[in-house]
Amino acid sequence: MSYSDKVLDHYSNPRNVGSLDKSSSEVGTGLVGAPECGDVMKLQIKVNPQTNVIEDAKFKTFGCGSAIASSSLATEWVKGKTVDEALQIKNTEIVKELSLPPVKIHCSVLAEDAIRAAIHDWKKKQAPVDELARAEAR
Amino acid sequence: MSTEVKTIPQELATPRTPDRSRERGNDRKQSTPQSWPSPGEGIKLPIYMDNHATTPMDPRVLEAMLPYFTEKFGNSASRNHPFGWVAEEGVEIAREQVAKLVGATPKEIIFTSGATESDNLAIKGVAEMYREKGNHIITAVTEHKAVLDTCKRLEKYGYRVTYLPVQKDGLVDLEQLKQAMDDKTILVTIMSANNEIGVLQPIAEIGKLCHERGVVFHTDATQSVGKVPIDVNKQNIDVMSISAHKMYGPKGVGAMYVRRKNPRVQVSAIIDGGGHERGMRSGTLNVPGIVGLGKACAICMEEMPQESCRLAGLRNQLRDNIMGRLDEVYINGSMEHRLPANLNISFAYVEGESLLMGINDIAVSSGSACTSATLEPSYVLKALGTGDDLAHSSIRFGIGRFNTEAEVDYVADRVVETVTRLRELSPLYEMAKEGIDLTQVKWAAE
Repeated sequence: MSYSDKVLDHYSNPRNVGSLDKSSSEVGTGLVGAPECGDVMKLQIKVNPQTNVIEDAKFKTFGCGSAIASSSLATEWVKGKTVDEALQIKNTEIVKELSLPPVKIHCSVLAEDAIRAAIHDWKKKQAPVDELARAEAR
Repeated sequence: MSTEVKTIPQELATPRTPDRSRERGNDRKQSTPQSWPSPGEGIKLPIYMDNHATTPMDPRVLEAMLPYFTEKFGNSASRNHPFGWVAEEGVEIAREQVAKLVGATPKEIIFTSGATESDNLAIKGVAEMYREKGNHIITAVTEHKAVLDTCKRLEKYGYRVTYLPVQKDGLVDLEQLKQAMDDKTILVTIMSANNEIGVLQPIAEIGKLCHERGVVFHTDATQSVGKVPIDVNKQNIDVMSISAHKMYGPKGVGAMYVRRKNPRVQVSAIIDGGGHERGMRSGTLNVPGIVGLGKACAICMEEMPQESCRLAGLRNQLRDNIMGRLDEVYINGSMEHRLPANLNISFAYVEGESLLMGINDIAVSSGSACTSATLEPSYVLKALGTGDDLAHSSIRFGIGRFNTEAEVDYVADRVVETVTRLRELSPLYEMAKEGIDLTQVKWAAE
């Protein structure tokens, strides 16, 4: 398997590695993938409650170089965006930015899922449980 | 002939220049020069430690082969002029060298294009020859694809195949083998040493069971010939596959041993033609390759006792050096019944391909799905009951004749440093450290 320069760069110097306090109401945590499948991503966002802007993002990834690069890139892209803007990030943009080959597209899908999962977790914390359930039922 | 045996071709030693003809930002390369730390004294990068895949040719083998490309170019089947006689002499010396290494007689050695052909010829040839006697074949799930896929093809032609499971240590259970045999069993094919985990099967005992029941016993000995003592009589082997390039010989040449007495075993040809190799394998002989295989066998014969001892020492040094500094590292397969130069270990919480990427100045293999063509983790490790997660985390080290102690230490350092870095990056490691039982987590797969 050969890698693009950008994958190599993110692999060698991953951005925003680490963890945020997952119990904080301002933090959303997304954990996607499975160890048996060979990749697990944890992506966390810290959202300003007044502006809904993602002020910080951290990740940890178990997976191949492309999975590490996809999640590293995802944290870079979500930072400074509002949660609604972050939800617009598409896996195809990650594929393009990192020049991922077809066999590695699932890494970008997982990164998009991680962003969504983190935002979903954060939203859950903002809304009372019954209200969210009603929203999901509609 | 140069006596320098460790020369790495310049294009390998120097990291590639990115291909600028591609779109900007799209240039791909295997490695960046900046990512290679400066190695210690006397170490040349990259280090080759994937000797189960192939081995570099021993310069002594090349030296023996060279005349057979040029002045000794004859066809060994030409019976009426000296060009043919000279080539034939080279072939017959090689046949003796191969036979001697495995305790056979020269007439029992058939030259082929390699172990895959030998496996095909042995299994299909025995299946066809003994068809009237029965149609049942027994093999094991951890065999090489050259054996498994050949057996699968025979199933299409009405043969019945039993794929024996293996135990946690990688060994087949002799009781299970005994129970699998019936009156229609004509062939048992079990490898001598596994190509991924280096586990040595109880070949002599398996052969004995076969002989007691009049069943032909074939063993794929690609990884073991030249590495550990093989004796076809003491180990009750009837048919055996041998490869040159796994023992410092050339690629594209191998051999098949076929027992001629006690009992006499016959094999139908799968390549028909001029009746070469006693009718079992037609086609003009690859004389230089065969001479190389013979020389490689002669060197192994001479040097095996010291070499296997040295390699086992290096392997144990690598193991201890890594395992002494990292927790949650697991050896795959039996340590007791194992090739001296094999180490296959799983680094929990770290994915194999990302680990290979971090140690890109070292050539090794991984059982991770990401490194395989099928995108499935190693079927051998799965057969041992290793979870998929640990199969994804496995690395195979194959130490070889030209590896040094300094290289082993360098490899251990690089592995420890990279695993440590990747674990800091791993959510699984963090969760495990927090005391979360990863097997109880409900994973949301994509």
